[in-house]
Amino acid sequence: MIKIMLGDFSVKKTKQIFAHLFLMLLGVGEANAEYALNMPRGVTRISNDVYDLHMLILWICVVIGVLVFGVMFYSIYYHRKSVGHEAEQFHDNVKVELLWTVIPTIILVAMAIPATKTMLEMDDVNEPDITIKITGWQWKWEYDYLDSGVHFFSSLDAESNQARQLNSGVEAADVDNYLLNVDNPLVIPVNKKIRFLLTAADVLHAWWVPEFGWKKDNVPGFINDAWVSVQKPGIYRGQCAELCGKDHGYMPIVVIAKEQAEYEQWLEEKKAQALAEASSADRQWSQAELMAKGAEVYQANCASCHMADGQGVPGTFPALAGSSIVTGAMDGEVAMVLNGRGMMPAFGAMLNASDLAAVISFTRNGLSNKVGDSVQPLIIKPMLAAMTQPEEDDDW
Amino acid sequence: MSAVTSAHDEHDDHGPKKGFMRWLTTTNHKDIGTMYLVFALVMFFVGGAMALVIRAELFEPGLQFVNPQFFNSMTTMHALIMIFGAVMPAFAGFANWMIPMMIGAPDMALPRMNNMSFWLLVAGGVLLFSTLFMEGGAPAAGWTMYPPLVLQTGNSLPFAIFSIHLLGVSSIMAAINIVATIFNMRAPGMGLMKMPMFVWTWLITGFLLIAVMPVFAGAVTMLLTDRFFETSFFDAAGGGDPVLYQHIFWFFGHPEVYILILPTFGLASTIIPVFARKPLFGYHSMVYATIVIAFLSFVVWAHHMFTVGMPIAGELFFMYATMLVAVPTGVKVFNWIATMWKGAMTFETPMLFTVAFVVLFTLGGFSGLMLAIAPADFQYHDSYFIVAHFHYVLVPGTVFMIIAGTYYWLPKWTGHRYNEKLAKVHFWMSTISVNVLFFPQHFLGLAGMPRRIPDYAVQFAEFNMISSVGGFLFGFSQLIFLYIIIKTIRGGEKATGEVWEGAKKHGLEWTLPSPVPYHTFETPPKIK
Repeated sequence: MIKIMLGDFSVKKTKQIFAHLFLMLLGVGEANAEYALNMPRGVTRISNDVYDLHMLILWICVVIGVLVFGVMFYSIYYHRKSVGHEAEQFHDNVKVELLWTVIPTIILVAMAIPATKTMLEMDDVNEPDITIKITGWQWKWEYDYLDSGVHFFSSLDAESNQARQLNSGVEAADVDNYLLNVDNPLVIPVNKKIRFLLTAADVLHAWWVPEFGWKKDNVPGFINDAWVSVQKPGIYRGQCAELCGKDHGYMPIVVIAKEQAEYEQWLEEKKAQALAEASSADRQWSQAELMAKGAEVYQANCASCHMADGQGVPGTFPALAGSSIVTGAMDGEVAMVLNGRGMMPAFGAMLNASDLAAVISFTRNGLSNKVGDSVQPLIIKPMLAAMTQPEEDDDW
Repeated sequence: MSAVTSAHDEHDDHGPKKGFMRWLTTTNHKDIGTMYLVFALVMFFVGGAMALVIRAELFEPGLQFVNPQFFNSMTTMHALIMIFGAVMPAFAGFANWMIPMMIGAPDMALPRMNNMSFWLLVAGGVLLFSTLFMEGGAPAAGWTMYPPLVLQTGNSLPFAIFSIHLLGVSSIMAAINIVATIFNMRAPGMGLMKMPMFVWTWLITGFLLIAVMPVFAGAVTMLLTDRFFETSFFDAAGGGDPVLYQHIFWFFGHPEVYILILPTFGLASTIIPVFARKPLFGYHSMVYATIVIAFLSFVVWAHHMFTVGMPIAGELFFMYATMLVAVPTGVKVFNWIATMWKGAMTFETPMLFTVAFVVLFTLGGFSGLMLAIAPADFQYHDSYFIVAHFHYVLVPGTVFMIIAGTYYWLPKWTGHRYNEKLAKVHFWMSTISVNVLFFPQHFLGLAGMPRRIPDYAVQFAEFNMISSVGGFLFGFSQLIFLYIIIKTIRGGEKATGEVWEGAKKHGLEWTLPSPVPYHTFETPPKIK
């Protein structure tokens, strides 16, 4: 094990002094936000190993740097023409040159040993207690608990989403966990080996929670794996780390680690909630209900491309207001929303029948469209069943 | 122009054509060198302006100036313009101007191709810049252009790809020309192991360019066919693999970063001996180290992809190979310091920038060594830590040496000495602000801020603000550089042929008068 040379107290103090010096120099007023200078130690054994590797290589670099630049600045000070130093004319020394080739090689080999050890441990995803599939979407995360069937999407919370708009007039500092908060956090139990299977639905993403000590790419059409075993209950936040388009900066990750009992309770709640949502498709919805629910679903799923007012982004994302598909025959829009086309994802795979019926009805009667008709969840439900049929046979 | 015969006396100075036609049709290596350097300087300011858009948006949390899509276009275009428009052309400019003079040749080996390679560069640059005004905006998937995201680009995608083809053809032609010149045009008596280090590093850079630019062209062509001709090289649904692109790209991309740094090493090895009044320490090991670095550059590419999900054997191989790069690079730094050791140093501006380069480039090297440790890279990867790392090696690394080289040879090119006092102001402003700009980015990355985001959580606010202040200071400091260059071209204290005390011992270019005549070394010099 590598011990860090400075105690916690002095690290904190140096940190504060440095930061304050910086800020004073620039005349920036005191801010309340918690900033950090170093990598977090994290909450898993692996993340601690990674932190130790990071500090070890950092200190090796600092020592080499002090020695090498010490020699250089000594030379700059004493071997100047202005202090009358005469230039010597040597230009080779085999012994010295061998020495400064061999010594760095030895240091590197010494460094490679603990790095390899950690690498091998990180790679070992065998015998997990729980497996969760993480799918990256533009621009949200989908979590699929393969053992218990719990499944949901997780996107940027509404408050951050409102504040992040260009010139929104909302101060970022007034929003709780600005850009690092989601509507549905991932919940895991502590001290269990959790295996993540990572993939993507559209473009590359990368799932990164710094407190866990790693990030891994989500590649569409391929599955990567990684694992954590969190030692401490708590809320851990992260972000997508691979550029995935315009809202790359707006797909945070929140993981809540709970004790086993609390986790199981959460699991039951989620299951009950899913049942309730599924049965909601079996009744008739009123127009007002559809419009209210639809507006909500639209903001969460459609507004990032088609914009809150349905005007789209010229050249990239088509407008829905006045669109020939949205104002045309119902079948056309339903097919488009369920199956997607080009950059438009297949929402049939993402939303339930009630949400789909609501959002389709909303686009036809909101966003300055006035078609007048609406669609019931009861109509959408069999279509979804038909879509997912072949996939359910796949036991992957 | 090229029909001009050399049946004249050695010092007969042919005047060039007048007006615009001189520049359009010239085959003179000095004219072409000048054009490359002017183009690079213009692009340096264009790319810099884009960087300032980025830093302005990141000055505080929240979106104030641009929308996220345009922000992504800015990061993408900033990188492409700085790499292909500013740094590579600047080195081609130095090579054109200086290599014939350093090896005692009258001109480049292939003067007409030389002209063509410059004008293709202009065409490629203009085409790339024009994508900013196309429907759907300029490319915004990062300069690495990873699919599938890049395939979502609007109308500008084929134009960006074609501009990369043009820039690639231009670079390959320049590289072929430089290699041919070095192999065929050296003055009698100048063996390979007597060549100046700048020539050596460019020779190796030339080979790297010839080897990898076609690979890049191939990768982007596959993007083109994936988008327009229904191939699926990079689409899993058709049996392809998005990660394949990354392997091909970085097989080009890693040698590419050494293309940006090897001539820099050559410049440092040229400048330090002159101002230390000593021969370069360990010339032979410098040459071998350069060759080893170039070789290693072909077998470390996947360290850019540690998080992509490679087999463990791949992760370990690329980690070890990458760590090895530190050895020859270390040799170079030690050699530079040994060259300073027991010299009689003076610190004119070129030397100041070079000393800053040695320190700050090495700092970037240290963070590079940290990034080589694959398990730790799982944290650093795609965070601001990597942004800090590559900007340290490219800005106070490469860009500082381009500035140093400009100050070093400007009196030779123009015949005038630049304003040393003002140049020192430029040096101190640049060196202080570049650290204010990039050092805090290490902290941001370690604390968890991803790169390529237009807005961030509030705990990143302080260091982003500091970094932006540094960015604007650094950007505006470069106006001093521009002013000095224009002023020196227009006039100033006359420079001697040698320019720097004792420089004659260090290179053939200093045996020529300042400004250099239009034609030089029509009869080759004698090399002892």
